Amino acid sequence: MAASDKIGAVMVVGGGIAGMQASLDLADSGYKVYLVEKQASIGGTMAQLDKTFPTNDCAMCIMAPKLVATGRHHNIDLITNAEIAIVDGDAGNFTVTVKQHSFRVDPKKCTGCGSCAQKCPVEWTNEYDEGTKMRKAIYVRYPQAVPLVYSIDPERCIGCGICAEECKAKAVEYDQKDKVLEVKVGSIILTPGFDEFNARLKTEYGYGVYQNVVTSIEFERIMSATGPYFGTILRPSDGDIPAKVAFIQCVGSRDEHCGNEYCSSVCCMYAIKEAAIAKEHTSQVNPTIFFMDMRAFGKEFDEYYNRAQNEWGIKFVRSRIAAVTENPKTKNLILKYVANGEPKEEEFNMVVLSVGLRPPVDNETLSRVMKFRLNDDGFAQTGAFSPVETSRPGIYVAGAFSAPKDIPMTVAEASGAAAKAGSVISSARNTLITKKEYPKEMSVEGQDARIGVFVCHCGVNIGGVVKVPEVMEYAKTLPNVVYAEQNLYTCSQDAQERIKEKIKEHKLNRVVVASCTPRTHEPLFQNTIREAGLNAYLFEMANIRDQCSWIHMHEPKAATKKSKDLVRMAVAKSRLLEPLQNLTMKVNQSALVVGGGVAGMTAALEIAKQGYKVHLVEKEKELGGVAKKLYYLPSGDDPLAYVRRLDKEVTSNKNITVYTGAKIRLIDGYVGNFKTSLESGEEIEHGIVILAIGGQEYKPEGEYLYGKNKSVMTLLELKERLHKGDPLGKEYVFIQCVGSREKGHPNCSRVCCTGTMTAAIEIKKKDPKAKVYVLYRDIRTYGFREKYYKEAGNLGVTFIRFDDEVKPKVEEKGGKLEVKVMDEDTGKEIMLRPEYLVLASGTRPQPDAGTLAPMCKVPQTKEGFFLEAHMKLRPVDFATEGIYVAGLAHGPKFLDESIAQSLAAVARATTVLSKTELEAEGIVARIDEDLCDGCGICVPTCEYKALEVVAGKKDPKKKLVEVNVGLCKGCGACVGSCPAGALTQMGYRDSQITAMIDAALEGQMPAKKEVKQNEH
Amino acid sequence: MSTDAAHKSASQGGNGGDEHFEPRILVFCCNWCSYAGADLAGVSRLQMPPYFRVIRTMCSARVDPEFIMRAFQKGADGVLVAGCHPADCHYIGGNYRTRRRMALMKVLLQQFGFDPDRLRLEWVSAGEGEKFQKTIIEFTNTIKELGVSPMKGGE
Repeated sequence: MAASDKIGAVMVVGGGIAGMQASLDLADSGYKVYLVEKQASIGGTMAQLDKTFPTNDCAMCIMAPKLVATGRHHNIDLITNAEIAIVDGDAGNFTVTVKQHSFRVDPKKCTGCGSCAQKCPVEWTNEYDEGTKMRKAIYVRYPQAVPLVYSIDPERCIGCGICAEECKAKAVEYDQKDKVLEVKVGSIILTPGFDEFNARLKTEYGYGVYQNVVTSIEFERIMSATGPYFGTILRPSDGDIPAKVAFIQCVGSRDEHCGNEYCSSVCCMYAIKEAAIAKEHTSQVNPTIFFMDMRAFGKEFDEYYNRAQNEWGIKFVRSRIAAVTENPKTKNLILKYVANGEPKEEEFNMVVLSVGLRPPVDNETLSRVMKFRLNDDGFAQTGAFSPVETSRPGIYVAGAFSAPKDIPMTVAEASGAAAKAGSVISSARNTLITKKEYPKEMSVEGQDARIGVFVCHCGVNIGGVVKVPEVMEYAKTLPNVVYAEQNLYTCSQDAQERIKEKIKEHKLNRVVVASCTPRTHEPLFQNTIREAGLNAYLFEMANIRDQCSWIHMHEPKAATKKSKDLVRMAVAKSRLLEPLQNLTMKVNQSALVVGGGVAGMTAALEIAKQGYKVHLVEKEKELGGVAKKLYYLPSGDDPLAYVRRLDKEVTSNKNITVYTGAKIRLIDGYVGNFKTSLESGEEIEHGIVILAIGGQEYKPEGEYLYGKNKSVMTLLELKERLHKGDPLGKEYVFIQCVGSREKGHPNCSRVCCTGTMTAAIEIKKKDPKAKVYVLYRDIRTYGFREKYYKEAGNLGVTFIRFDDEVKPKVEEKGGKLEVKVMDEDTGKEIMLRPEYLVLASGTRPQPDAGTLAPMCKVPQTKEGFFLEAHMKLRPVDFATEGIYVAGLAHGPKFLDESIAQSLAAVARATTVLSKTELEAEGIVARIDEDLCDGCGICVPTCEYKALEVVAGKKDPKKKLVEVNVGLCKGCGACVGSCPAGALTQMGYRDSQITAMIDAALEGQMPAKKEVKQNEH
Repeated sequence: MSTDAAHKSASQGGNGGDEHFEPRILVFCCNWCSYAGADLAGVSRLQMPPYFRVIRTMCSARVDPEFIMRAFQKGADGVLVAGCHPADCHYIGGNYRTRRRMALMKVLLQQFGFDPDRLRLEWVSAGEGEKFQKTIIEFTNTIKELGVSPMKGGE
């Protein structure tokens, strides 16, 4: 296909966290994005969650900025309430037919004010709250929904016409028809998410019969501050606080009876989180978690598990629950189970079923329409080396649709899929995006402030409580206000035109809007005043709806008074506003990748495919990293052949310069402008850095006779011997968690359980008579890896569980190995005499992470892995912009996960590399060089390391603090620390905030009355 | 006391406070968590006493101790600083600085003859509309009980 046939647009199907991330990455890298969502608003499952593990972050808090960014990105078109009908064409050039269902509300006119829903007489259970709360027939899915457009549920609407009457914007259109759209895109990303397992199918647990048996996602809503009980933990039957709550794990997972043999990967962790948060919300709740294996395999998950056991008082019982029955009088639930070999019965007040993840209900339709393959379990089929590619070229997948997975991996895959989707059409980058052109900015320098105030009625939302005309008249009396008016909806399209007209007519040089919240509407109004030639920062807002009329609904007088105060405060600040310029920084459009393993090579290749130069630095003499030592993958794929193929592609790619046997001396600079010197003296200039320095297998010197007896080896050493074809033994013992999940290394190494299965299966295949014993604590073969656990079991591998505190003992007697282990299940000691002892030893970081971290200004975990900017939503970024992490350097993970993460790092890096200039925020810290005496007190207050003490430019003897605006995020934390008052936060100057304080308190101090002296 | 009842009593003059005392409370909210939490209270139509005025800063760490002194000097009866929960700060660790500064400010206020309870620090996340409401109700009650600021002739 000729390059000119490629279409510089991507369709993303599914608007959950994965879809949003992929859309944002692509739209920020020069591609047009169509985000198709079947619900009326984006947000997906994450929007329903109360908190997220392992940081207990509030889900909505961390997600809302992404929601808003997606909703207002001018290169992302949201097509909600829609489904894919037909896909024609090939990679690079698809034609997609999309069917969009009617909202019965005009999205262009609806302001999201919600008056319609207040008056709608019809109530129905709210899907967002999993039926724990009610909604109306005209509704939004949740309060923070994007787009904030109401829609009518045609099944529930009785056509009474009240909403149409109530809507002052005249947005209700009962007869609005469904639409069919035809969209041309170059590639497609599937992020439709998952469905929860239908708990009714496990009849033995009584879900749907017993009121106090709920699913984990229902419990998530019960915990939520916006849920049915405002965050207090109450049980549905009687609204009592449940003193005893049981969590039952693996409901619809690891269970062949219900057809789902795989592990759902996330339930163990979310159950711990729900138990912990429930207790935090309502201290009388005592949770017990019934589980089979505790699969806390992710980064710092085991520490979370440990705290749950030791600090938070959560009880863990290793047992599969056979059945739940109800005491019909108390509605309490009786659980029957076997623990420590004995049958038990225990009563609980409430039961939470940790339901597994299923493919989305429309998986087969999607697969048929889009012609890609599903795996045996109904998820999208991917490959061991192609984790984000479906079977059809040009169509990619991310998130739970390819396998059950947690949010960080979902987000990483989303970015990874964005990288892949972008590289197919990189020749068409920047062809379909629009760049907004604004008229030349008018200078306001030296002019007196001429302020225009626009007061919004917001239909009846403000006007129904606050006397808007009075507020408007009041605004006119304030100094420097030369114009004021009231609008039905100041945010409506025609009001924007009016604002622009009035700016011209009255020569306004500052604009204040008194309406809703700046968090959602400031960008809209800023855009409007820019269109009229004013700098965006000459705008100020007074929040008289969300923080006034809506919270003082029964006190119209006080609310009107408060609105006037808020307008006076906004005007006071507005008077002192000054135009700010978003500083631009040139970008060096080339990359430095540190580390030449699979992660580094994948990243280098993908950046090269995107059309940018890459410098790949590897400290060893050859490329390949730890993957060269794997030899076997459970899927049967050959990692060594893959490494060789990558190596060849990398070394022959003319966009990539490879430096082997090379060490980094220094990395200096900031996003867009880094300079790196190698120990050889070579210097490299680049715009971004990807840290892919890998990890290493722990060598357990001195443990279990390792290093003393030749028959004791690590897992990788065993695989090498198997690969070489060394003569086989007749009996093997594997010991799991060597150097993991213990003091000093509290976390799980994630890959060892599956690695052991792979090796054990290989041994059994070569010699079915060989005896293989695996001594373990929890088997953590998460996701589809569960089938290798099962296969090993079927091949006759014996699994023996030992207690965390009682490790196996290994001795050498007469040249033979003796392994003694206390079998936790039977309580008996077992003696084994293997020919080989294999230690599944943990993954450790590379020691040079410690030298790179300070150079790059990035943090490390206690264990020495790099610590990303945010565990949940920024899995490959650092707080320091322009630096990314991938692979084992971030923490233990499988090869496919490393590849996905590398691709993610590329997508994130491409958002920088695709630009010739970067815009820094206007709201940054500035330093007054005359006032600064270089004391450096401010330096440690900056989390972004944007402040540095340097020699003065004019007088090199004088010390000065310099603000690196490339690094500054504009939080203003430093400003308050400066004893000399030399630091200023632009847009939030001391004078501006003080003016607001004074305005807020105007009239508080009696003008003449003497102030009483304080007596202390 | 239920929040509704608390609100009622806060609006009507609190427990033992002056019937007609309408306190003036200044609230600093960080942009990312607390301001969003305040908005959510609005979206959820959670009612609360109308005596507070919010000033938005990007991070609670921007709240310079001087702002607080200024507010009291100009006649504020109470000042509330609201930020992201520990470990939730949008700017990584700004709220930890706020916490230290506020602890110091309370000591300082006492030396100036103000009851330190007139200054309050609270963590309110973007999902905690109800906590914002509760905080405002409780703080308004506290201020009503403490009465008019010494700067305005109170005790």
